Amino acid sequence: MNTSLSKSALFYLRTLCAWGITLLLFFPLGWLVLTAFKTELQAISVPPLLFFPPTLENFTIVQERSDYLLYAKNSLITSVASTILGLALAFPAAYSMAFFKGKYTKDILMWMLSTKMMPAVGALVPIYVLAQGSGLLDTRTGLVIIFTLSNLPIMVWMLYSQFKEIPGEILEAARMDGASLWQEFRMVLLPLTLGGLASTGLLCLVLSWNEAFWSLNLSAAKAGTLATLIASYSSPEGLFWAKLSAASFMAIAPIVVFGWFSQKQLVQGLTFGAVK
Amino acid sequence: MNRFIPRILLAPAVLTLFLWMIVPLVMSIYFSVIRYNLMQPDKTGFIGLENFEYFMTDPSFGTAVVNTILLLGSVILISVIGGILLALLVDAPFPGRNMVRILLISPFFVMPTVNALLWKHMMMNPIYGVLAQVWIFFGATPVDWLTDWPLWSVILIVSWQWLPFATLIFITALQSMDREQLEASTMDGATYLQQLRYLYIPHLGRSMAVVVMIEMIFLLSVFAEIYTTTGGGPGDASTNVAFLIFKQALLNFDAGVASAGALFAVVLANIAGVFLIRMVGKNLDK
Repeated sequence: MNTSLSKSALFYLRTLCAWGITLLLFFPLGWLVLTAFKTELQAISVPPLLFFPPTLENFTIVQERSDYLLYAKNSLITSVASTILGLALAFPAAYSMAFFKGKYTKDILMWMLSTKMMPAVGALVPIYVLAQGSGLLDTRTGLVIIFTLSNLPIMVWMLYSQFKEIPGEILEAARMDGASLWQEFRMVLLPLTLGGLASTGLLCLVLSWNEAFWSLNLSAAKAGTLATLIASYSSPEGLFWAKLSAASFMAIAPIVVFGWFSQKQLVQGLTFGAVK
Repeated sequence: MNRFIPRILLAPAVLTLFLWMIVPLVMSIYFSVIRYNLMQPDKTGFIGLENFEYFMTDPSFGTAVVNTILLLGSVILISVIGGILLALLVDAPFPGRNMVRILLISPFFVMPTVNALLWKHMMMNPIYGVLAQVWIFFGATPVDWLTDWPLWSVILIVSWQWLPFATLIFITALQSMDREQLEASTMDGATYLQQLRYLYIPHLGRSMAVVVMIEMIFLLSVFAEIYTTTGGGPGDASTNVAFLIFKQALLNFDAGVASAGALFAVVLANIAGVFLIRMVGKNLDK
């Protein structure tokens, strides 16, 4: 009797704690969304306003003043293109290492991961000089190349760990039956690894969409992504909180919603299948 | 199958990555031993290790190294401990658990520049910020976060982004716990603390290794969060090695010194990498 009472008390306490902490952690994001629908005066009111008549004018002003759609287009194109290009490079490499293990396969994998350990800033001066010399500075092509290369090690690893779980005999059987390499990819491997491909692609999309270092340093008004648009609100315009919030809201909403739907795949992918 | 085909398939990825690594590295080595200031293009020539000496004896250098390690260590500590606690809290079913999960992980998908500006202005502004209002509500003097606690503010901001990531990984890992084993241990009279020590923590070992590895990769070169909030200041109070190199390159226009710094950062990353690869290699082989 006593224990069941304390058990239900524990249950309520647990629920309360979980919701309390969650709301606390989510608060900044929720506040950003609220502020996006305020007027500038309401945004800095003391004490802060929780209830107010919402306005949409910030969104139209952001679009008019800084051409949000151009930056959104740049973000979309660079992240999608670098994901596709990355998959095209990583898929055959992972296939080769997973099913034709050689003497150096493990070393190659570790070396690939170690290139990801290199801090991006270490390559800043050379890449800047190269981009300037080849006319790729502030172009979407330049950003796509950089995003692809910096995500490639992670993509190879993710695909590799997913391919590892497929028994090689299945592929061998297909080969015995006279399947060409393309047929083997297309009819056997692709259906079996569709989930893995999806999670790799998803992660790459999120990483590229949110990438800030290279886009801040290599792009400006022409090829700038949403990350650079938001950073431009850093100083003087940062005083306009409602507009800053509206711009931020539009920059993160697509990828956050996208993340909600794909969280399960993302975990599997990001942990190289080590956590299930 | 022709034994060359696997190599041909592997080649494009390996070659592009190799170029991506070796070209900047060689260029950095070359830039680091010449005089190369974008503001003084007429002054050139070989100067040996002068750039290295300049970078390493710069008083900002020591601060930057310490800040890098503090930032990395604190965020990893906060996200691993906090992540495990949160994951344990939401592991058992309760009303609205799915909603809680979705809300909890959201900050991870927010891009760093938004994250940084949101905290800089709407949370940490000493007059209008939410935190200042909370301080006033409790009768305390509001803190000017970015001026008085610059590094800790950056740590807070970065942790807010990475705690959800760790939580998400641990939640997923807990789902594969052996429920029967847990029940059996309860029957045998094990307390929750004992279960924590002997069942939960060992089960989470692997995911902890993964969290530490991934966070190390991404946090060694935290940049956007510093760039958009404190700009490394006041002084060098929140400058890490990545930001110091950026300052040399794009603010002082000294590509030579920046390249020397970059080579140092590569060495630093490799030291971290050796530890990491050992740890992860052990854990992933299991």
